[in-house]
Amino acid sequence: MARTPIGPLEYTRRTWMRLTLLATFVFLYAPIVTLVAFSFNDSRRNIVWRGFTTKYYEKALGNSDLIEAFVNSLTIALLSTVIATVLGALTALLLWRFRFPFKAGYEGAMALPIVIPEICMGVAMLAFFAKVGWPSGLPWPLSLSAIIIAHVSFSFPFVAVVVRARLAGFNQELAEAAQDLGASEWRVFWDVMVPFMRPGLVAGALLAFTLSLDDFVITFFTSGPDTVTFPVKVYSMVRFSVTPEVNAASTVLIVLTVVLTGIALWMQFRQEKKSS
Amino acid sequence: MSSSGTAPAANSGSPIIEVSGLCKRFGSFSAVENIDLTIGRGEFFALLGPSGCGKTTLLRMLAGLELPSDGTIRIDGQDMSFVPANKRPINMVFQSYAVFPHMSVLDNVGYGLRIDGVPGDEIRRRAEEALELVKLGGFGARRPDQLSGGQRQRVALARALVKRPKVLLLDEPLSALDAKLREAMRLELVNLQETVGITFVIVTHDQSEALSMATRIAVMNQGTVQQIAPPAELYEFPASRFVADFIGSVNLLEGRVEAASGGRIRLACPGIATPIEMEQDRLPAVGSTGWVALRPEKIDITKEPPVEAGMNTVSGKVEEITYLGETSVYHVRIAPDLPLMKVSSANLDRVTRRAFTWEDPVHLSWTSSCGVVLDR
Ligand SMILES: Nc1ncnc2c1ncn2[C@@H]1O[C@H](COP(=O)(O)OP(=O)(O)OP(=O)(O)O)[C@@H](O)[C@H]1O
Ligand SMILES: [Mg+2]
Repeated sequence: MARTPIGPLEYTRRTWMRLTLLATFVFLYAPIVTLVAFSFNDSRRNIVWRGFTTKYYEKALGNSDLIEAFVNSLTIALLSTVIATVLGALTALLLWRFRFPFKAGYEGAMALPIVIPEICMGVAMLAFFAKVGWPSGLPWPLSLSAIIIAHVSFSFPFVAVVVRARLAGFNQELAEAAQDLGASEWRVFWDVMVPFMRPGLVAGALLAFTLSLDDFVITFFTSGPDTVTFPVKVYSMVRFSVTPEVNAASTVLIVLTVVLTGIALWMQFRQEKKSS
Repeated sequence: MSSSGTAPAANSGSPIIEVSGLCKRFGSFSAVENIDLTIGRGEFFALLGPSGCGKTTLLRMLAGLELPSDGTIRIDGQDMSFVPANKRPINMVFQSYAVFPHMSVLDNVGYGLRIDGVPGDEIRRRAEEALELVKLGGFGARRPDQLSGGQRQRVALARALVKRPKVLLLDEPLSALDAKLREAMRLELVNLQETVGITFVIVTHDQSEALSMATRIAVMNQGTVQQIAPPAELYEFPASRFVADFIGSVNLLEGRVEAASGGRIRLACPGIATPIEMEQDRLPAVGSTGWVALRPEKIDITKEPPVEAGMNTVSGKVEEITYLGETSVYHVRIAPDLPLMKVSSANLDRVTRRAFTWEDPVHLSWTSSCGVVLDR
């Protein structure tokens, strides 16, 4: 039986293409698969497979320091997401709706935190909080304030960019139609603009949430001596030895991040299908 | 101008819209210039003009979506020049229909009533009534993306009508529909307007649309109103060469007015041997330049010179024939440096048995009362 010849666009049937794909997947996912697999390894050390167990998950959940760090991380992520989403959406609206002097400059400056190396942001934040004499030793939720401010500052541009992209496709006549039917500017905003922006807001918020949840560098520089977040805590545990407990905790974080990203993509996809 | 065969404007009582000295400038560009306009209650008024002439801008000023640079807009006797759109008793059907994509059809139609704080069950009843009116009964639960373009337009119509506005504005409502549907919608819009009795102001650049629907038409060009008249009057008695040319097809013969008295005008046209005689109430000044405007279907084309007396006659040669189905248009050369005369004649017989063909010498004739003499 003669094989059909490979068409010009049938890349997936070419050997070199398949090899490249395979190599890419191995490089991308082998470390993660190893991490997840070894979180179930019944051994103190992370080198040889000694059988399946879930005891390190139990141990991780029983580690009160780790849990405290996890709660801190979630609190920071939630609060900074809310603030970043509102701030980012308003920024996007401002850039979409108005013309003002140096608008291009402002737009560039606003997006700077996306491109600035995190280490520089971290150092800058450290210097800033030291300079203004940000109080330390505050009671619990307030003790996170410096980290939250830092997180908002690097995540709101992401929200702004996403929402701004969504607004570019807005039909101004929708707002005018609402106004024509009797809606005040405020009602036009709530009844027409917000529903239109919603997919962008959700995607932006999830982005901000995941960015905040796994941020290490900036948090490391801005956290005080007695506030520890999950990534910082994991780092300090790894300094002694990489135990399956660390693997287990990391796996939980990976699952959380993947699920949230999945939700974001799904909502985006659903909206696209609706509007086409 | 003339009293012959024109529909009366549906004016009863005071006008619903009075526009005076209205201007709109965008920077140094003048989109609408010094427009005066009165629209009566219950009229179906059309704004007609070429692309970019300011129709949409004028309509948006009526709606309150654009503020005038100068002049006033009175709606039902009240000065509304600077009243925002949400406080005007006027609703609009947008060119893109602007149906809210995140609301069901029923919620779309009921939106205006909800803003007004009408109780829920009344919103529902009135919205369903409005949908019934535009023949979309039973579509209430659908989402806009489950509707065709024509149905979406009906939703926009129902949404605007449900508030019982004093005036309904429509910006090129039929331009996105296909030819057949457009024709059907024309009739439907006219019927709808008669049913609800609301004043309609429609923007269009399609002259046949305006002629077939409107009670009165304002022809616009470059931000100004050229003429306001009922359709038949606009077609038979255009006020300027622009209007004559924009509405339908026209032959323009330029000449010098030799005599004008007693309702008769005589023009000497260069390139044409005998002077042209026309009848008209409005007389131009003797010695001025005038243009005889003749509709192609009002000119007779014959092989022999006409026998009746008192006809204007020119002779020429057929240069071009355009077949249009029910009619054929003959393009006749009457003088070497004059534009070709267009003469249309009904195809009563088979095309193969047509009386004239290319290069045939023909005589064109018309009576003195079937055209107009224009002075601008
Ligand atoms: N916001 C604006 N800024 C500057 N110029 C504008 C603005 N809106 C309209 N114009 C100009 O005003 C003129 C009239 O525009 P308008 O939209 O009223 O035309 P129109 O008669 O509706 O044309 P069309 O039939 O193509 O819709 C155009 O030359 C247009 O470029
Ligand atoms: Mg327009």
